[in-house]
Amino acid sequence: MIMFIIAAVVMFSGVTGSLNVTESLEADTADMLAHPNSVPEFTEEETEILGQILDVEAEGDVMATGELNPNHYQAQRAAKVVQHYLNTRNGSPFRLFRLSRVHSGNLEDLVDSGRKYQLEITVKESISNTTEKLSASVLFPREERQGSAQVQASCDELLKVNITAQEEAFYQQYKNSQNLVSAQYLPDSHGRIDDDMRPFWHLSIVASSFVMLKESNENTLYNMAQVANVTQLATENDQLKFDGHILLHDMVSQEIIHWKLQFTWSPPEGVKVLQMEQLPHCHHCEKPQNSN
Amino acid sequence: MFFSRDQVIRVNAETEDQLQLLQALEAREEWEVDFWLDPVSTDLPIDIRVPYDSQTAVMEYLNANSIRYSVLISDLQELLDEEKVEMQKNQMKERMTKSFNFGAYHRLETIYSWMDTLVAQYPNLISKQEIGKSYENRPMYVLKFSTGGNKRPAIWIDTGIHSREWVSQATGVWTANKIATDYGTDSSLTSLLNNMDIYMLLLANPDGYAFTHTNDRMWRKTRSMNPGYSCRGVDPNRNWDAGFGGPGASRYPCSDSYHGPSAHSEIEVKNVVNLIKSHGNFKSFISVHAYSQLLMYPYGYSCRNVPHQPELDAVGTAAVQKLTSLYGTRYKVGSICNIIYQASGGSIDWSYNLGIKYSFAFELRDTGRYGFVLPANQIIPTASETWLALKHIMEYVADHPY
Repeated sequence: MIMFIIAAVVMFSGVTGSLNVTESLEADTADMLAHPNSVPEFTEEETEILGQILDVEAEGDVMATGELNPNHYQAQRAAKVVQHYLNTRNGSPFRLFRLSRVHSGNLEDLVDSGRKYQLEITVKESISNTTEKLSASVLFPREERQGSAQVQASCDELLKVNITAQEEAFYQQYKNSQNLVSAQYLPDSHGRIDDDMRPFWHLSIVASSFVMLKESNENTLYNMAQVANVTQLATENDQLKFDGHILLHDMVSQEIIHWKLQFTWSPPEGVKVLQMEQLPHCHHCEKPQNSN
Repeated sequence: MFFSRDQVIRVNAETEDQLQLLQALEAREEWEVDFWLDPVSTDLPIDIRVPYDSQTAVMEYLNANSIRYSVLISDLQELLDEEKVEMQKNQMKERMTKSFNFGAYHRLETIYSWMDTLVAQYPNLISKQEIGKSYENRPMYVLKFSTGGNKRPAIWIDTGIHSREWVSQATGVWTANKIATDYGTDSSLTSLLNNMDIYMLLLANPDGYAFTHTNDRMWRKTRSMNPGYSCRGVDPNRNWDAGFGGPGASRYPCSDSYHGPSAHSEIEVKNVVNLIKSHGNFKSFISVHAYSQLLMYPYGYSCRNVPHQPELDAVGTAAVQKLTSLYGTRYKVGSICNIIYQASGGSIDWSYNLGIKYSFAFELRDTGRYGFVLPANQIIPTASETWLALKHIMEYVADHPY
């Protein structure tokens, strides 16, 4: 079996043009056996043949392309990106989308553009607790310079939930405020959020979704872990404006990543992110949170 | 009344005469002796409280008549004071176990003292064992639930190995209490504990847990020092000897999934390894984490199926059905590598390879809305639904000895 793999790998060495052929490709193959995540650097045909070899060699391995197990991580990660996308488009202090279920998934490796996931998912609007089933596609570009994931999805039913009155009231309350709102640690260590702080928590999640969408790839799974700090700035161009320091959690690396964001919101414009900046995690300057 | 330095003496009357002399003693009002056991017969002991001020006189009286005695209590007030303290402690303990708020997150010290009250309340079922210390020298305690025997086949449950996953430790606490209270009333649990032992490590990473309260709510790892780096800590669930150092773990000390310098380098991991290996008769190993709502079996370090995959999947699926039945909470079942990610050096991979077939890992609520900072009002619902799954697994293990 191993000889066959090496032989097959050697056959393609000329096409990929890598030096030190047998060694590096063998290593790549070994990595692939161990690393179902990694994208093989081969042509479509090579991938298919190698995929078949790998299938025979390692039972229980997930196929690189084709029909996906909706409960396994590949489809789940892609579906999460749809959640982030929907929040950037239609999230508000009173509307938040969460991925509820993945029903089916299919993966295509498109030579020029990247890897495209076709998904059937159920999305839930968190505040009204209503759900909608929809189709979505997520294209992860092959190269970083091609930008972030491209998503196609829409949830028309969930948008019909009427939040106009709440949004307007909230907007008016804080638009001309003399006292600019500022909050730390939403939720706090014990998961508590004051009721009147919830809309700011939601707003921060929506703003974070812009970052999470931009940063997502097949090897990430993002959630916003906590708002360290959100501070209202003076209203500008009829937009409520905020500075936020948020903590993202990437399930795959298990890292907590700090981001500073400046974002705006109004009922007609929705959330817009003006600035985003990743902060280095200072390992020896952890400050105590509001405890107990 | 105040009983300072009063003595209580025991007298044995050997003759009728002596008996009468003792009865006469009672009549001596000025001595204010107080018979706790009256002088009725030469066969029975006679106990007398003698006030301090009368002791010399009473002892002379007894000695003069050759009546022998021994001192039962040399200072009654001292004894009463001790008893009072003891009673207050017991009352507090009772209040603690009755009033301990399972629906709240508690600091390490509170959990540790609660553990003592639990053991005190169920001394015939539960004992506390120190399995070693943490890096910062905190004791690591397991609660052993046992109705006897010698190294009976056992089930292992650990919570809180990743310190920021607070609902894990909180679920452990609730579950320990649940097992204690349900033994004797729940027939399947009672039957299980009559044949098997359950070991629970509630704070598998005590240093990390303390740190989440004092400094960084999002701390995951241990708090060991990494030579040459300002970053501390090793991911305790990448530190086990199962595919150690492979994909899905970082070799960078500042990473939250740093595997450490070598397998079992972390004392917190080593303590558990030592216990499991020296015991030698564990049949199930269950590790509880949060979040994502998953019930997983090995492997993490490889995506290939373990030999027992169909059985583990069936058990997991049935367990999750029971969990879901309570509040409708949805869980996914599968191997670690397929369901969330490839991760090497994980505890249930190690336990499975050691021969502990029924190795499972839970990821509790939620799926990311609150994530690690799950509201405390979800602790009891989470623990209650998880209990149904745990019970199913444990019952299955008990019914399928190997």
